[in-house]
Amino acid sequence: MALKMVKGSIDRMFDKNLQDLVRGIRNHKEDEAKYISQCIDEIKQELKQDNIAVKANAVCKLTYLQMLGYDISWAAFNIIEVMSASKFTFKRIGYLAASQSFHEGTDVIMLTTNQIRKDLSSPSQYDTGVALTGLSCFVTPDLARDLANDIMTLMSHTKPYIRKKAVLIMYKVFLKYPESLRPAFPRLKEKLEDPDPGVQSAAVNVICELARRNPKNYLSLAPLFFKLMTSSTNNWVLIKIIKLFGALTPLEPRLGKKLIEPLTNLIHSTSAMSLLYECVNTVIAVLISLSSGMPNHSASIQLCVQKLRILIEDSDQNLKYLGLLAMSKILKTHPKSVQSHKDLILQCLDDKDESIRLRALDLLYGMVSKKNLMEIVKKLMTHVDKAEGTTYRDELLTKIIDICSQSNYQYITNFEWYISILVELTRLEGTRHGHLIAAQMLDVAIRVKAIRKFAVSQMSALLDSAHLLASSTQRNGICEVLYAAAWICGEFSEHLQEPHHTLEAMLRPRVTTLPGHIQAVYVQNVVKLYASILQQKEQAGEAEGAQAVTQLMVDRLPQFVQSADLEVQERASCILQLVKHIQKLQAKDVPVAEEVSALFAGELNPVAPKAQKKVPVPEGLDLDAWINEPLSDSESEDERPRAVFHEEEQRRPKHRPSEADEEELARRREARKQEQANNPFYIKSSPSPQKRYQDTPGVEHIPVVQIDLSVPLKVPGLPMSDQYVKLEEERRHRQKLEKDKRRKKRKEKEKKGKRRHSSLPTESDEDIAPAQQVDIVTEEMPENALPSDEDDKDPNDPYRALDIDLDKPLADSEKLPIQKHRNTETSKSPEKDVPMVEKKSKKPKKKEKKHKEKERDKEKKKEKEKKAEDLDFWLSTTPPPAPAPAPAPVPSTGELSVNTVTTPKDECEDAKTEAQGEEDDAEGQDQDKKSPKPKKKKHRKEKEERTKGKKKSKKQPPGSEEAAGEPVQNGAPEEEQLPPESSYSLLAENSYVKMTCDIRGSLQEDSQVTVAIVLENRSSSILKGMELSVLDSLNARMARPQGSSVHDGVPVPFQLPPGVSNEAQYVFTIQSIVMAQKLKGTLSFIAKNDEGATHEKLDFRLHFSCSSYLITTPCYSDAFAKLLESGDLSMSSIKVDGIRMSFQNLLAKICFHHHFSVVERVDSCASMYSRSIQGHHVCLLVKKGENSVSVDGKCSDSTLLSNLLEEMKATLAKC
Amino acid sequence: MIQAILVFNNHGKPRLVRFYQRFPEEIQQQIVRETFHLVLKRDDNICNFLEGGSLIGGSDYKLIYRHYATLYFVFCVDSSESELGILDLIQVFVETLDKCFENVCELDLIFHMDKVHYILQEVVMGGMVLETNMNEIVAQIEAQNRLEKSEDQVLA
Repeated sequence: MALKMVKGSIDRMFDKNLQDLVRGIRNHKEDEAKYISQCIDEIKQELKQDNIAVKANAVCKLTYLQMLGYDISWAAFNIIEVMSASKFTFKRIGYLAASQSFHEGTDVIMLTTNQIRKDLSSPSQYDTGVALTGLSCFVTPDLARDLANDIMTLMSHTKPYIRKKAVLIMYKVFLKYPESLRPAFPRLKEKLEDPDPGVQSAAVNVICELARRNPKNYLSLAPLFFKLMTSSTNNWVLIKIIKLFGALTPLEPRLGKKLIEPLTNLIHSTSAMSLLYECVNTVIAVLISLSSGMPNHSASIQLCVQKLRILIEDSDQNLKYLGLLAMSKILKTHPKSVQSHKDLILQCLDDKDESIRLRALDLLYGMVSKKNLMEIVKKLMTHVDKAEGTTYRDELLTKIIDICSQSNYQYITNFEWYISILVELTRLEGTRHGHLIAAQMLDVAIRVKAIRKFAVSQMSALLDSAHLLASSTQRNGICEVLYAAAWICGEFSEHLQEPHHTLEAMLRPRVTTLPGHIQAVYVQNVVKLYASILQQKEQAGEAEGAQAVTQLMVDRLPQFVQSADLEVQERASCILQLVKHIQKLQAKDVPVAEEVSALFAGELNPVAPKAQKKVPVPEGLDLDAWINEPLSDSESEDERPRAVFHEEEQRRPKHRPSEADEEELARRREARKQEQANNPFYIKSSPSPQKRYQDTPGVEHIPVVQIDLSVPLKVPGLPMSDQYVKLEEERRHRQKLEKDKRRKKRKEKEKKGKRRHSSLPTESDEDIAPAQQVDIVTEEMPENALPSDEDDKDPNDPYRALDIDLDKPLADSEKLPIQKHRNTETSKSPEKDVPMVEKKSKKPKKKEKKHKEKERDKEKKKEKEKKAEDLDFWLSTTPPPAPAPAPAPVPSTGELSVNTVTTPKDECEDAKTEAQGEEDDAEGQDQDKKSPKPKKKKHRKEKEERTKGKKKSKKQPPGSEEAAGEPVQNGAPEEEQLPPESSYSLLAENSYVKMTCDIRGSLQEDSQVTVAIVLENRSSSILKGMELSVLDSLNARMARPQGSSVHDGVPVPFQLPPGVSNEAQYVFTIQSIVMAQKLKGTLSFIAKNDEGATHEKLDFRLHFSCSSYLITTPCYSDAFAKLLESGDLSMSSIKVDGIRMSFQNLLAKICFHHHFSVVERVDSCASMYSRSIQGHHVCLLVKKGENSVSVDGKCSDSTLLSNLLEEMKATLAKC
Repeated sequence: MIQAILVFNNHGKPRLVRFYQRFPEEIQQQIVRETFHLVLKRDDNICNFLEGGSLIGGSDYKLIYRHYATLYFVFCVDSSESELGILDLIQVFVETLDKCFENVCELDLIFHMDKVHYILQEVVMGGMVLETNMNEIVAQIEAQNRLEKSEDQVLA
């Protein structure tokens, strides 16, 4: 042994350690990879040795290599070996390696559970610490579930070092195992007031993280945090709390009001910039949450803005950045207060720091008004020219477009100016945002009708100088604007000044170098242009001119026909043929213009981007339904019989396709229309009724192009937007003058009349009238569009699982799983069948607790009311009350005190938290509490008590008991006999007769059920002349002898002497069996005894449950699997808690009452099958959990299924 | 939450790579490279915040870094962390390193990556700030070092 040790040490001396490895790598700069692979080979050798020191050294080196990007997952097992070393030195190395390389996909991670548990409970705090640290990095859902309880125990460790780590790691546990949140929360909350500042800070940290994702669940903690905020001096904790309040205030404005004062004080008093900044941020959040118009808060805004201005003016770039960031938050609600600092923000645009420039840009977005838009954009344009990096320039470009187009072009008063800006932006080289500009051009041209003429002229100029733009042909480059230009010129060709010139520009050979999708638009719009020229020429009687244009088309189109792009080629060849045809007609002097123009008659309206999505699905339409029956795939694997149940959980209920057909067609038609409207290239086959071809402007209406522009268009394609700025200013000035004049006139008038105070002529946004009468066409939405869209919700958000109501009392089903071996030593009670939980609660301290409980009960009622309104109360008091510890609602009930999972030493603490606990059903609890449960009491009695209590409160039934008491074993038949049951149920009874009945489906006839009624004579008379009359419903009819009317009764074919019973059967025809139904009926009879005869009646109600329509039909498992996979069954499921019956008996019950047969049973899981009288297949998967049963059903009719499951639920609930 | 802590030198050589969310090794290297290029082109006298790289997180994430002589310390954090707080935290971390290594320089980090990790573990745990009090951090590290030494003596 000693020798081995010495040998190991010697080995180790020759091994490379981490330093040697690093040195080696540094010395092998040229062949690093080779050297490292050599080292890895060595490491592999080392890992094979028995000496743990050697292994640890090897793992340490691996950790280094991992940092360099080498995958070390192959050594996962060795890492676990090192983790389990007894020496801290090695253990630490192992855990470090694990924390760097383990993840959820690491398969050996499950081997670590016990090792980690051992380390967590190690006497050395550093072993525990290192395990916690490691676990925090690689915790998986399994580890979280298995270790949650251990970690929770550590939260009350004596050493603060362990406590703080345990508290922090709980967040990771919650994320991976959300069920642990509720049971662990009371203790976590307790840690907010831990004496150690580190632990306190950790608890704040965790709760802040939790609250950030689901703030509403943590509102009740506000008073506690408020107290911490006013008492803590730890800036780190303060920052966290203040940030948390920032998240809470939007949910509770009253909280905000309360916060403003202390926060303002902090702003004034603190010297820490970080704290100041967070305070300002939260004040802003408060102000946002408060409804505006509160007079005394303008001071707070001023304070914030003023402090932020100081930050922004600071030489520290960090503060400047943050100041701008916070400013942008104020901007959203109080733009006016920010706008006064426009100078400062514009100044920041010149900052050398890109982050700051970007922030300033963000701010500008919200600062524009009608008044200053042009000025700001002008400034931005100069920055665009100056910007050196393309990223920043692109950012500027998008910002300019964002700023201008925001809220539906709200701030643009002069669209000519905007178009010029867009055209100027096309001069940017190498931008990635060509498509953005293009989209804007299209949008403006389509939606602002008044601007079309101007837009067309600009676009034709662009097309003319296309060669300047076409240099960069990459996708999204600036050449994208040609797409827009071509479309605008084509679509609005009636506004073109020189259509022929533009046509030629569009047919230049260079065009073929453009990307395919742009060429395609060119081709399409060339025709539109052609059509309009043709019409113009024909109208003017220039047949030759028209022919010349046609000739031009015929000459030039072939260059597109040769295009490699399919779209271009297709369109071009199609159009070429068309034009050739036109040429022939023209040769015969046939006027063609009108017909050609008819191709493009009608207007294309803008459609909102989400329009298609918003088309409501018509009722009865199943989008998932097959249009044609799918080919039966015979090759489908038979290997997944059960999985089928869960795969299609979200499937919509299927409807009968035959009904949907009509609607389906209509819907598709509608959808197609939508699509066509959306597609600018769609050529409408026939003019739509509203926009008849005749209505389109004839030649007379084509404006003899006389663009009435104040700016000469000399420079093709490159207008100077600045001129518009000047013009706009002049225009505004004129407007103002006019207005002033008018005002003066009015004043004079007023002077004559009543003298009124007139406001100073300030120029507000509203005063600036737009230059053009702008008609901004709103985007079209489908009729009955769904109002809200829930696009933003991400169903995969991991934090959604943590959206848990923490104020609800804890149910015992929520306890954390405990490892048994930890408890065995404490269990001394002889009863074998007591569940673990109960044993634990029977600790010596129990007595003490009981005592406390009694006292508590007295106070509880008083507390109860107080508590419910506590938060409200706290919030409503205006002066900050001496912040009492928040008696926040802690989940606890009387039952819980019995069942809560706690370790003995925590009992007291639990009792404390429970003392503050909320009480929801005080009545039931009191009973529970008072029920004597002394320590030595016989278990049985306690059990009884408990179940009684349970029944009363109808709460979670005691589950674990059954799990222990009745082990569910497969193939343990007839363990317990079911009580003999009858399928006959009581129908009605009186002193003469008792009626019971059973309803059975009949196999022979579709849609028929047989009702067997047993009549029992209870009297001493003879019953005779019995007649049964049943009131038929639409759905169910009684089969009567031929010739009898609906109102006649049906005779019972026997007499009943005293004490005798007999059975009569009646057949009912049922139309729809998907729903249960009731029929009213009356039994009339004559009771005859010695004294005479009386006529008697007995009313009853026949209840046809859905189960009664089922016929027990055996099914083989392969057929069953096939059925499930066929996919045309809809799915539904139920879950019933508190089942105490064994699974065997449960199945028997289902078979008996609901006419199912078991197809297959494995452990606590069984598949069942039945068939309805109308041939619906019903498949069930019944699973038994600890004390619950879940039933997943599949059926060809969803209504039938859901009704069946409801009935089953009722049956199971009785079990 | 802190998503990642990266330390690399002026040439982009990683000295400490600590991710609190799983990324495969090659992606980790890519992130380090990308982050390096992002911070490299920034002057020393501009702000220490960077809107996140494309690889980690998204718009909610920020890079907060400090540049000390030859080393960059970069923290990638989400919006629940205070920007200035994290800057202070970096300072605390570096000062702790300075205390533990006695005048820390890049070479210390190069040869004692494991120790740097152990120190970091006392500051940040699983992406959450564990301790900000430097004396407390140093005390825990020293206690652990003593423990290690005592074990070493047993071995010898």
